[in-house]
Amino acid sequence: MSEQVHDVRLHVNGSVHEVQVPARRLLSDALRHDCGLTGTHVGCEHGVCGACTVLVDGRPMRSCLMLAVSAVDSEITTVEGLTEADGTPQGRLSPVQQAFSDCHGLQCGFCTPGFLTTITAGLRDNPDPSEDEAREMIAGNLCRCTGYQNIVKSVLRAAEITAEIESGERT
Amino acid sequence: MKPAPFAYLRPTTLEEALTALAGEPGAKVLAGGQSLVPLLSMRLAAPSMLIDINALPDLGHVTCDEAGVRIGALARHAEVLASVEAAASQPLIARALSHVAHPTIRNRGTTVGSLVHADAAAEMPMVLRLLEGSVDVASVRGRRTIPAAELFAGPLESTLAHDEVAVEAFFPALPAGGGIGFEEIARRHGDYALVGVAAVVTIADGDVVGARVGFVSVSDVPVVVDVTDHLDDPAAAALAELDPAEDIHASADYRAHLVKVLTPRVLADAIHHARTRKQA
Repeated sequence: MSEQVHDVRLHVNGSVHEVQVPARRLLSDALRHDCGLTGTHVGCEHGVCGACTVLVDGRPMRSCLMLAVSAVDSEITTVEGLTEADGTPQGRLSPVQQAFSDCHGLQCGFCTPGFLTTITAGLRDNPDPSEDEAREMIAGNLCRCTGYQNIVKSVLRAAEITAEIESGERT
Repeated sequence: MKPAPFAYLRPTTLEEALTALAGEPGAKVLAGGQSLVPLLSMRLAAPSMLIDINALPDLGHVTCDEAGVRIGALARHAEVLASVEAAASQPLIARALSHVAHPTIRNRGTTVGSLVHADAAAEMPMVLRLLEGSVDVASVRGRRTIPAAELFAGPLESTLAHDEVAVEAFFPALPAGGGIGFEEIARRHGDYALVGVAAVVTIADGDVVGARVGFVSVSDVPVVVDVTDHLDDPAAAALAELDPAEDIHASADYRAHLVKVLTPRVLADAIHHARTRKQA
């Protein structure tokens, strides 16, 4: 018995991906296997670790807790979509990505895509977080290198970079 | 860690969803999926069909009137939590919701879905039970209202029939003279509570004339105890009706200890809230 396959149009990072997937395909797997966007990492696969977090219509959600077939009406942003176009092939790092680079916010890097997407949305809601608020912002994401100190610093640094860009101090 | 195969339907009208559900005894309803999808992935559930209600219209509402707060089946926890009107009408909703998982989960998970998932370790089933709210369900046979006291049958088991979809929950408003309290102990904020306690009190002429306390993660269904006549030792009265369970997260003794610590504290908070609250 062959499994029924669904034609699904996923809107990811501003592009449309037409994929054929069974209903049980998790959004995380569809992004990685069917769209070829392997920046989204899959850790626990039951919503605990946060590595697979993507933005769905701008809000962070676990891609391992969504079915690809259920994501048809949404605009999805993965870690690949955070980079800003600047005319170069690789683009320019977003403020959050730049902050992780500045503050050594990643070690092995496995959890990083989930942190980057979560913090990107978190800073939109709260552009000037205190250190406690920065910790709260990342409380739903696990880093098994336990590099949390530098991740908290990265949240605060990303807020600074964003403020510098908005005030024109930084281009 | 991948779900077993299932058929999938994404209806655009409630009638279509109800007809499909009635015709497929092994079907499950998918709303936010934040509890269901892990069960699928761990293969603790293997429905023959998922009926995805995310494309149904008119179910995302959070509306308030004098009676209380009505929450549609597609209103995400985050949307309910963001409702200033809901928090004003029944402040226990927002107090409890801020403890429901992490914000990322609240962005997708639905409050009504959480109610009918009927997890005794979840905050909102207990809150609905404590407030004596209700859930409206629909099926091809018609609509009915299930009072919270009749909603929870056992661990992860509600009294909805297999062909019924929960379409709306109702949380009564906090009346004048009412006060609420909520506190829970978890390993990390956002994790399942080891024990959670909520209280609702009524004050008349400065005296406490009603006091009820609800418990999360203590028994295998949400439990509410009336402690109006036991205000001197509400924890003892509660423990007389509770049978704390032991699991990997906490021993039964530790849960009983948390009940002893949290019950008087939360009750005192609720009484303080009732006495200091601005009356509308």
